[in-house]
Amino acid sequence: MSDGYIASMLGLLTPAVLETLYMVAASAVMSYVIGLPLGILLVVSSKGHIMPAPWVERTLGTVINILRSAPFIVLMVALIPFTRMVIGTSIGTTAAVVPLVVAAAPFVARVVESSLKEIPHGVIEAAQSMGASPFQIIYKVLLPEAKSSLILGAAITIINVIGYTAMAGAVGGGGLGDLAIQYGYNRFRTDVMIITVAVLVIFVQAVQTLGTRLAVSAMHTKR
Amino acid sequence: MIQIRNLSKVYPARSGDVRALDGVSFDIPQGSVYGIMGLSGAGKSTLVRCLNLLERPTGGEIIVGGHDLTRLSEKQLRSARQKIGMIFQHFNLLQSRTVAGNIAFPLEIAGMTADDIRARVAELLPLVGLEDKAGAYPSELSGGQKQRVGIARALALKPDVLLCDEATSALDPKTTRSILTLLRDINRSLGLTIVIITHEMHVIKDICTHVAVLHDSKCVENATVEEVFLSPKSQVAKEFVSGIFKADIPEELLRELESHSDSELVRVSFLGGSASEPMINGLIRSSDVQVSILFGSVDHVRSTLFGNLLLELRGTDEQRKRAHEYLLGQNLSVERVSYE
Repeated sequence: MSDGYIASMLGLLTPAVLETLYMVAASAVMSYVIGLPLGILLVVSSKGHIMPAPWVERTLGTVINILRSAPFIVLMVALIPFTRMVIGTSIGTTAAVVPLVVAAAPFVARVVESSLKEIPHGVIEAAQSMGASPFQIIYKVLLPEAKSSLILGAAITIINVIGYTAMAGAVGGGGLGDLAIQYGYNRFRTDVMIITVAVLVIFVQAVQTLGTRLAVSAMHTKR
Repeated sequence: MIQIRNLSKVYPARSGDVRALDGVSFDIPQGSVYGIMGLSGAGKSTLVRCLNLLERPTGGEIIVGGHDLTRLSEKQLRSARQKIGMIFQHFNLLQSRTVAGNIAFPLEIAGMTADDIRARVAELLPLVGLEDKAGAYPSELSGGQKQRVGIARALALKPDVLLCDEATSALDPKTTRSILTLLRDINRSLGLTIVIITHEMHVIKDICTHVAVLHDSKCVENATVEEVFLSPKSQVAKEFVSGIFKADIPEELLRELESHSDSELVRVSFLGGSASEPMINGLIRSSDVQVSILFGSVDHVRSTLFGNLLLELRGTDEQRKRAHEYLLGQNLSVERVSYE
C-alpha cells in the first residue's frame, strides 16, 4: 500500500467521519431534549400513575406512532419545506439533522417510556406516601431508578441514528453512508465500501460497549 | 388520633362494581398499636391505603389529628402525609440509593438542609440497628435489614402514625419477631401510634393493643386485643383465635369421645391471674365430674397470660351443670365444643 493511497483514503474518510459524528451527536442531543420530556409525559399521564391524564397519553401516543411509521428516507424528503423553515436551507449536513431529530425524538420517547415503566409501582407509592410531589417523584425517583436502563436506551438510540445518517446523502448531508454510496457503489471502489463499513462497525461496537459499561456501573442490583 | 367514619371504597369493574370497604367506622387511639385483621380480600390493604389517601375513598371521612384528609388540597395532603409514615410488604426501597440515601429521601422531600439531613440520618441508623450498613445498597441487604431501612425512612420525619401494610409477611419467622420487637420498642419509646395490617394472628397477639376485624369489606369487631382473644364475637374472629391455639385432636380419639354419652368437650380460656389458680382441682371438688385434659396451652397476649384448655368432662347432667357453674364463677370463659 503506497503512502499516496493511504493519504487519499484518509482524505475521503476524514470529512465523512466528521460529518457522521456531527450529525449523530447533534441529532442525539436534540432528540433527547425533545424525546425525554415526552417519554416522561407518556409515563406519568398513564392510568394509575402520578398524573393520570388518559387523553394526553392517547394523543401523544398516536402522534408518536404516526411519526415512527414513516420510513426515514420518505420522512427526510417530506420534511424538506419544514427543514428550510427551521434552518433556512434544505441541503447540507445541518439540514440533515432536522429530519434525524424528527425521526429519533419519537423513538427516544418510546425508549424512555419503556425504561420508566420498569420501575415497580410500589416505589412510586412509597414516595407518594412520604408526601413527594409529582415533580420530585420524576427527578428523585423515576429518573435515578431508571438510570441504567436509560443509558442502555441511549446506546440503542445512538446506534439507530448512526443507521439513519447513512441516508443523509439524499439531502446532501454527506457522512460515511454517502461516501459508501458515492465511491463504493457508483464508482465501483469496493475498498472504500469495505473501509466505510468497517468504520461504522467500530462506531456501533464502541457505542454499545460504552453504553453497557456505563449501565452496569449505574446499576446497584445484583444480577 | 385517627377517626375512621363510614369509610367506603368501590372499584368500578366491567362485571359490576367491587365494594372493597363498606361503611367502616372505628377510632384508633393515640399511642396504640392497632391491628387490622382479616382474611385475604377482606379489604385490609385498601383500608390502610385509605389512611394516607394512597387510595382515595369513595365515601366517608378519615380524620387524622383533627383534619379530614379527604377534604385537603393536594398540597395540604402532601404535608399531612409527611406526618404519616408507612412501611410496605415489599419494602419499596430505592435501588439506586444507599441505606443512608434511602433514609435521607423523605428529608430531602421535606426540604431539609444537607447538614440537618446528615444529622437526622445518623440518629436513625442506630435506632434500627444499621449503623454499619449506611453505605450499602438495598440489593446487598437481607429482607429484615431492608424492612429496617423502611422503618427508619418512615420515621425520619417524626410522624405521629406509622402504617404497616403486611410489613412482616415477606419475612421469615425469626426476622418477623425482630421487626415486631423493633416496632413495639418504637411504640413505647416514641409514643408513636402504629397501625398494622396483617393476616398473621400471631402478629396481633404479640404486639397489638387493639384490633379491628374486617370481613367481607365490613368491620365486624373492634376492641382491645385481650377482649377479642377472650371472647371473640364474630365468626371470623373465633376462627382466628381458635386457629392460633389450635388443638388437633386425632380423629380416633374424637370418635371414642363421641361414644361416651355422658361426656362433653369444653374449651376454657382465661386471661391474666386465673392462670395461677388451681382451677382443675376446684372443678373436680365442686362438681364431682371426671376431667381429662386433652389439650392445654398458656401463651402471652402482649404481656398478659392467656390460657386455653380443652377438657373432657364426664359425669351426670347434674354434675356437668355444676361444673359449668363453677367455671363461670371463676371468671373463666367457657365454650362447648362439638365433636367434629
